[in-house]
Amino acid sequence: MASLQVNNVIKRFGDVEVLKGIDIDAQDGEFLVLVGPSGCGKSTLLNMIAGLDSITDGEVLIDGKVVNAVHPKDRDIAMVFQSYALYPNMTVEKNMAFGMEMRKIPKAERDKAVMSVAKLLQIEELLKRKPGQLSGGQRQRVAMGRALVRDPKIFLFDEPLSNLDAKLRVEMRTEIKKLHRRLGTTIVYVTHDQIEAMTLATRIAVMKDGILQQFATPQEIYDRPANVFVAGFMGSPPMNLIPAKIAKNGDGLSVEIATADERTLRLKLNGTGKGLSAHVGSDVLLGLRPEAITDLESSDSGGDIQEVECSVEVTEPTGPDMLAVLLLGGIEVVSRMRSSANVHMGEMTKFAVNMSKAVFFDTETEERI
Amino acid sequence: MSIQVGGQLSSTQKFWRFVLYTLLIVFAFVYMAPLYVMVVTSLKSLDEIRGGNLMMPPLDPTFDAWVKSWSYACVGVECTGINKYFFNSFKMAIPAVAISTFMGAVNGYVLTKWRFKGADIFFGLILFGCFIPFQIVLVPMATILGKLGLAQTTPGLVLVHVTYGLCFTTLFFRNYYQAFPDELIKAAKLDGAGFFRVFWRILLPNSLPIIVVTVIWQFTNVWNDFLFGASFASGDAAPMTVALNNVVNTSTSVKEYNVDMATAIYAALPTLLVYVLAGRYFVRGLMAGAVKG
Repeated sequence: MASLQVNNVIKRFGDVEVLKGIDIDAQDGEFLVLVGPSGCGKSTLLNMIAGLDSITDGEVLIDGKVVNAVHPKDRDIAMVFQSYALYPNMTVEKNMAFGMEMRKIPKAERDKAVMSVAKLLQIEELLKRKPGQLSGGQRQRVAMGRALVRDPKIFLFDEPLSNLDAKLRVEMRTEIKKLHRRLGTTIVYVTHDQIEAMTLATRIAVMKDGILQQFATPQEIYDRPANVFVAGFMGSPPMNLIPAKIAKNGDGLSVEIATADERTLRLKLNGTGKGLSAHVGSDVLLGLRPEAITDLESSDSGGDIQEVECSVEVTEPTGPDMLAVLLLGGIEVVSRMRSSANVHMGEMTKFAVNMSKAVFFDTETEERI
Repeated sequence: MSIQVGGQLSSTQKFWRFVLYTLLIVFAFVYMAPLYVMVVTSLKSLDEIRGGNLMMPPLDPTFDAWVKSWSYACVGVECTGINKYFFNSFKMAIPAVAISTFMGAVNGYVLTKWRFKGADIFFGLILFGCFIPFQIVLVPMATILGKLGLAQTTPGLVLVHVTYGLCFTTLFFRNYYQAFPDELIKAAKLDGAGFFRVFWRILLPNSLPIIVVTVIWQFTNVWNDFLFGASFASGDAAPMTVALNNVVNTSTSVKEYNVDMATAIYAALPTLLVYVLAGRYFVRGLMAGAVKG
């Protein structure tokens, strides 16, 4: 168990700066998820934490000690790779014991550790097999077993579930979370799947183009994304981003959305508008999650609910709930409601918009206001 | 050519199938003919060779020529048979193949998994060695062997063949390891394995196909080499190929074709044997670098 700190870490390959000053710190026992689109530098960062890639500038600290110059094997970390990286010439048992063997731990002790982890992961009957004789899910378990058996300070996971089929992926996701609760070891987990990030993390670091976009709890990231990129990347379907204007409305403020017939749709801001007064008259992006726009009956109780009449362009029942594409003003937005909602394609219907969930972004900087 | 599995062939297909097999059988005979002539000639007596037909099977098969070739045929001026030279070739080929294969594997490992600045240029330069004709290096090689005191010795020949074979073995292993997943190396490093541990425990055990390819290639080349053997190790250290030449060219009153043929078969047997035993892997291994996995 250990804490992890990443201080202003920079990585350059020749002239190309891949990581542009990353600051992250994870408490002891935290489940930290690095998420972002391909090429954002998340795997590079993980490799640097592991010691497999050199650090151009900045510091990585494990348990308060700078480990920049510490060899990977002495960092007391274990890693689960995307391809599982099981040694094809060794049995599952040998695979799991290899790390301990390299550390010259006596055979009896190795066998005991392997057995107890095998029991934990329910892979005892696989111990004598070679990786080639295992299914994808079994390999995944063995790869985790090989990391677990070392009992390291920190676990690193590099997209461990991306080679599994959809059903297995959800199962293993739950298993990993259970495992974390049981062991309480610090985990750094890289993924490009925002659902994995949301479900697993205690804190998420969203990255793009080598820059840390936001580092916060899953709920904070979902409700109050730091910028337009995070708003669009996290959540499926993504947050609706509606071009709008802030206007004065008596004592308070309101937000105005242009409609197709050159009128404006006005939504009052009661209390949510703090800090917006400086933006009166300027263009902003209004951010609304799909579930903040619902039919009237299933509107959130409490919160600042406002009624708006919209035309329903498309309805998409997903089973548990229904997605509907609406015209809010002149803009297409996605809303999410109960599957039993009385909403039909092509009709004008009144919808409830929960303005207390609204966030605003500056159109220029794309940062949250 | 269409291949039908389990179905009935139409009459045109049957006709072409017949033509195909006839051609294959004819060519098989043509290719087998020299070996056949060698074997039957080696089993005939000199009288029968002189009087009979080249293609006739022996009327009275005898192993006299084989025994003579092995134990008392004249190799140059000494009439002690070829057995000494046969073992000379083994004493040269086994270390030469083992050392060049091992060094090629280490080279391939470093060039792909411990890359350094200029690794590709370095590899390109090593590749040049594959295209240098034997004849060009004879004089400098002779000078170096002389200075090292290895002229006319088997260790000298080993050195020559290791040097020359290294380019090829490096090429084979480098291309094989290029496709070897990096994550395995990373995992082993995290597990605490160092440079040589990774090599011995992870890389080599997964290299069987390319090791077989390299061993066959090197063994065939080293065993069959005549030029280096004749240039640097004539006399007591001469390899089998040189001895074969000396047996055939030793001028006595009569030309003993049966002994010549038996000697030639002795000279060809080890490479044939290696290919028969490991040939399956050879074909597989040649493909191994091409496709991932």
